[in-house]
Amino acid sequence: MKKSAIGARIIKDRLFTGIIFAFSAALIIPLIMILSHILQKGASSITPAFLTHLPAPVGEAGGGIYNAIIGTLYLVGLASLLSVPIGMATGIYMSENKNSKLSYFVRICVEVLQGTPSIVVGIITYLWVVKPMGHFSVLAGGIALGIMMLPVIIRSTEETLNLIPHSLKEASLALGVPYYRTILKVIVPSAFSGILTGILLGVARVAGETAPLLFTAFGNPFINYNILKPMASLPLMIFTYATSPYEEWHNYAWGASLVLIGFILALSLITKGVTRR
Amino acid sequence: MQEEDLTITSGKISPTGEFLFQKGIRLSGLLIAGLVVCILITLIFQSIPAFKHHGLSFFFSTKWDPVFSEFGVVVFLVGTLLTSFLALLISIPFSLSISILLGEYLKKGWISAILKSCIELLAAIPSVIYGFWGLYVLVPFIRPFEMGLGIIPYGVGIFTAALILAIMIIPYSASLGREVIQLVPAELKEAALSLGATRFEVMTQVILPYARSGIFAGILLALGRALGETMAVTMVIGNSNFLPESIFSPSNTMASVIANEFTEATGDLYLSSLIEIGLLLFIVSTIISVIGRYIIKKLSIQQQHS
Repeated sequence: MKKSAIGARIIKDRLFTGIIFAFSAALIIPLIMILSHILQKGASSITPAFLTHLPAPVGEAGGGIYNAIIGTLYLVGLASLLSVPIGMATGIYMSENKNSKLSYFVRICVEVLQGTPSIVVGIITYLWVVKPMGHFSVLAGGIALGIMMLPVIIRSTEETLNLIPHSLKEASLALGVPYYRTILKVIVPSAFSGILTGILLGVARVAGETAPLLFTAFGNPFINYNILKPMASLPLMIFTYATSPYEEWHNYAWGASLVLIGFILALSLITKGVTRR
Repeated sequence: MQEEDLTITSGKISPTGEFLFQKGIRLSGLLIAGLVVCILITLIFQSIPAFKHHGLSFFFSTKWDPVFSEFGVVVFLVGTLLTSFLALLISIPFSLSISILLGEYLKKGWISAILKSCIELLAAIPSVIYGFWGLYVLVPFIRPFEMGLGIIPYGVGIFTAALILAIMIIPYSASLGREVIQLVPAELKEAALSLGATRFEVMTQVILPYARSGIFAGILLALGRALGETMAVTMVIGNSNFLPESIFSPSNTMASVIANEFTEATGDLYLSSLIEIGLLLFIVSTIISVIGRYIIKKLSIQQQHS
């Protein structure tokens, strides 16, 4: 390279650094815009009554999103109940039988499941649960969200178990502890925080999902604890109210957005606390 | 605590427990495999009526008219590809800059900590909230812009959807890009620096070529996400079942048409046609995500060997 070109090269380098910084900083703009807008619009509608009352009809003052909050907790709880045992068991199987044919196949399946669009999960649950039953239900919504949680739980269980030192298992087996007790009482507890992180990540992932609930849990303006009946949830409520023509309903939706984001952020903060420990 | 457990267990060894445990975990594995196979079979099986009715014309027809039982996927295919690739195009400069910044220029320190949290936050916001925000903040912002360009100011449309999608997928390609850039061996960078290369030259001639396939995998995974993204797109794309005239006109994607019309679909043929779109979406996103993960896996194996 010619010596006279050094100045141009340095300028190019500076320019590049500037561009990199500018583009990276630009990303913060939409984030601040979204969060500040939700905070500003949502904070004004959140009152104790908003959190503990059912939605009021258009034109009436008051009302809240109690049914959607309970519905989201219900759906996420049901989804965890269904997916955590199966997901953990599959993760244990895969980490214990790394080279079996089934493990290889399951690994591909988990990848496919992770890449499956959420709307497709909605279609599948509709065909499997809603159609045979004849109506929308909490159960169908829970199953749809459970299917979405599975890959996250399986991967995190498998990955954490792979990190547990082999000597721990050998020590337990050498003491005469049966294999299944070694896994359940020694290996799984020592991987507990990693598995819990996976579960929390899974919950955070599905708590904001709307597409799989459109044709499963469907939504409900009232409160419902019957597992075979439709039920509201925060993301569904945001979608319905946001696309409605009424200004008051938009305010409901902003409030619901703030509650939902708060819930998801709290979950991710807890996740961080768990991993740090 | 573990010691206590062990002494309790030492007395009773139950062969049934052992047997049940082994079978149980195997069964769960089989269940997962069965689940995915059943998803594919169900989708194929349920789209047979539609396929029988319109055969291959489904993939070539630009008409989607449920009233006259005319179903063609081309409109939605075009809508999906346009929004996804446009979103990718918009997101690449941003995600690449962040990858480079966090992977090479600022590995530690408070600026990178803030930027990392921002990316995590962006990834944590639910898609329905992106759509909501897009509908009431971005759309009114786009309208005057479109008016300035001298086109019909719909506000909603492919461009708006792509803009929202771009923000949503940046975290995915950026975090993977950062990881692969960090994996570039220090010796290579030092060698280039010692020969008098500037940082820019190290980046373009050493780091980026080395991390090329990983960055590509990240973009591919982001594309997979963009193709299947439903709620945000449904809310801002304008839901028009005609071929778009420009990137500013309203359109519909494969995912958004399912979200809009599935519960209203009257008649088995209509429903079956929507499921056929779902099948197509499932297959395309599966292929993309499997290729992406295959590249990542190959990279991590390479890394272990070197």
